[in-house]
Amino acid sequence: MSNIQELNKIATQIRRDIIRMVTGAQSGHPGGSLSSADILTALFFSELNHSPADWNRYGKGYDMFFLSAGHLSPVFYSVLARSGYFPVKELATFREFGSRLQGHPSIEKGLPGVYEASGSLGQGLSVACGAAIAKRLNKDDRYVYVLMGDGESEEGQVWEAAMFAVHHRLDKLIAITDWNGQQIDGTVDDVIGLGNLEAKWKAFGWNCIKADGHDMQAILEAFRKAKETGAQDRKPVMILMKTRMGKGVDFMEDTCEWHGKAPKPEVAEKALAQLEETLGDY
Amino acid sequence: MEKQSFTNTGNKDTRSGFGAGLLELGRTNESVVALAADLKGSVKMDAFAKEFPDRFFQAGIAEANMIGVGAGLALSGKIPFVASFAAFVTGRVYDQIRQSVAYSETNVKICASHAGITLGEDGATHQILEDIGLMRMLPHMVVINPCDYNQTKAATIAIAEYRGPVYLRFGRPGVPNFTPEDQKFEIGKAVRMTEGKDVSIFATGHLVWESLMAAQQLESKGISAEVINIHTIKPLDKKAILESVIKTGAAVSAEEHFIAGGMGEAIAGLLALNRPVPMEYVAIDDKFGQSGTPARLMKAYGLDAQHIAEAAEKAIARK
Repeated sequence: MSNIQELNKIATQIRRDIIRMVTGAQSGHPGGSLSSADILTALFFSELNHSPADWNRYGKGYDMFFLSAGHLSPVFYSVLARSGYFPVKELATFREFGSRLQGHPSIEKGLPGVYEASGSLGQGLSVACGAAIAKRLNKDDRYVYVLMGDGESEEGQVWEAAMFAVHHRLDKLIAITDWNGQQIDGTVDDVIGLGNLEAKWKAFGWNCIKADGHDMQAILEAFRKAKETGAQDRKPVMILMKTRMGKGVDFMEDTCEWHGKAPKPEVAEKALAQLEETLGDY
Repeated sequence: MEKQSFTNTGNKDTRSGFGAGLLELGRTNESVVALAADLKGSVKMDAFAKEFPDRFFQAGIAEANMIGVGAGLALSGKIPFVASFAAFVTGRVYDQIRQSVAYSETNVKICASHAGITLGEDGATHQILEDIGLMRMLPHMVVINPCDYNQTKAATIAIAEYRGPVYLRFGRPGVPNFTPEDQKFEIGKAVRMTEGKDVSIFATGHLVWESLMAAQQLESKGISAEVINIHTIKPLDKKAILESVIKTGAAVSAEEHFIAGGMGEAIAGLLALNRPVPMEYVAIDDKFGQSGTPARLMKAYGLDAQHIAEAAEKAIARK
């Protein structure tokens, strides 16, 4: 089996986990988790140089990943568990009282793989900038990755961080936008249009790459290109990953309806029928 | 009773104490890094930035990002000191501090200059008087407000040794410098400045000196005041406070802050639950400041020795 086929197989199981987690908790955010499932699968099972078994918050000598859009916790927890950060069966505790799998990622309960709390939007890129500077000071040449939502870039802090990253030449910083065009109140265009997002990032001095966020080959190629051009130009890189909200479950696709809503068990059955159990459910 | 006196060795601004402490840290601790938001000179980071250009980062007029960058730096073992005016590193960036620093328990030192009404002529937009309240409400946050140049320098050095988020508050104007130059700063340990038996005056920041002056005024009237420097507002030195009021039976709090959320409320809460005694606040009651010289404002807003002495007499009269 090729690497691509293998990654797609994992991504399908991740999508099953997402549906089962939010259904189990009867809360959570399936829409964006499904749209970014391929991106995070590619990151955690191919791209990242990481060591789940001996992870710590220092991240020294390894790539660091920050989830800025904290509501994507279902997909984040699933890739963390499936790549070995903690037992897969713990996914069943998502959003339960006392669980390490808080509604939005937290470090208080010490879940491996989580460097910083997120949930209040727009903060992750700043933290990633700090981590990238620390790596430079520590002569650690690994990368720092951060995943944001497209609606999230309505937060002003994102653009403060964008200026900072370019000014301080953070060329080991790779940001990814899950560009699904949807947010809670509707389409991004209807809520508060972002205009030409690619032109905005370029105007702020970033290298900006566009890719199909559901094509594994294209995702991996975008990461390769990000590293190559970032190093060449001494610039941070934004990858705009074009995705579809709710990807993988037909009735959840391209609508904001499932941004932050859990399906009832009978509806979840219909969703799971579209997602093959490839690695075994938790 | 032992008679204690304090000598002002010459007015100095507490922010320069911070700058001196930071420079010393730069020389002794390689992990210390500093960030400013276009106020490097005002917050006295110039010397550090000049001597350690690779460990100083300019964030520009973008405080929210600066807090987040600080959090990211802290993850990898750096000890970031992020500084600006108190108004801009608390209220303006409250959510960033809440999520990226306090809840995430990152080792960020939030250094707040020009705190309180003594910022002076710039007026109320810049005179934050609720920052102690904002910061002490956050779990994991330590809140420190030293009283003079020497103590601010010592506190700056001490917080680098403590692992966890800290809010360090200091001021703009030159004020008496009267605590020992070589003092060891102990986080959370109140300092008894004078011993007394009639009233306890719990003071923080610039009002410690004013409280000492008030104690002198009271002494001339035959009233014995115990002045205690609460340089750490969180965690509060409950033991020292309770021991003092058990002896004196009356309390005054003195701070350059609103009553709401301030040190006084923290002490009042402690006393109400453990040892209720008559207590008076010396603080600003629910109104914004305005332009003026620091001295003029301290007097106008009731934050000087005279007002502290009056409050002490009032508390004693209610015994």
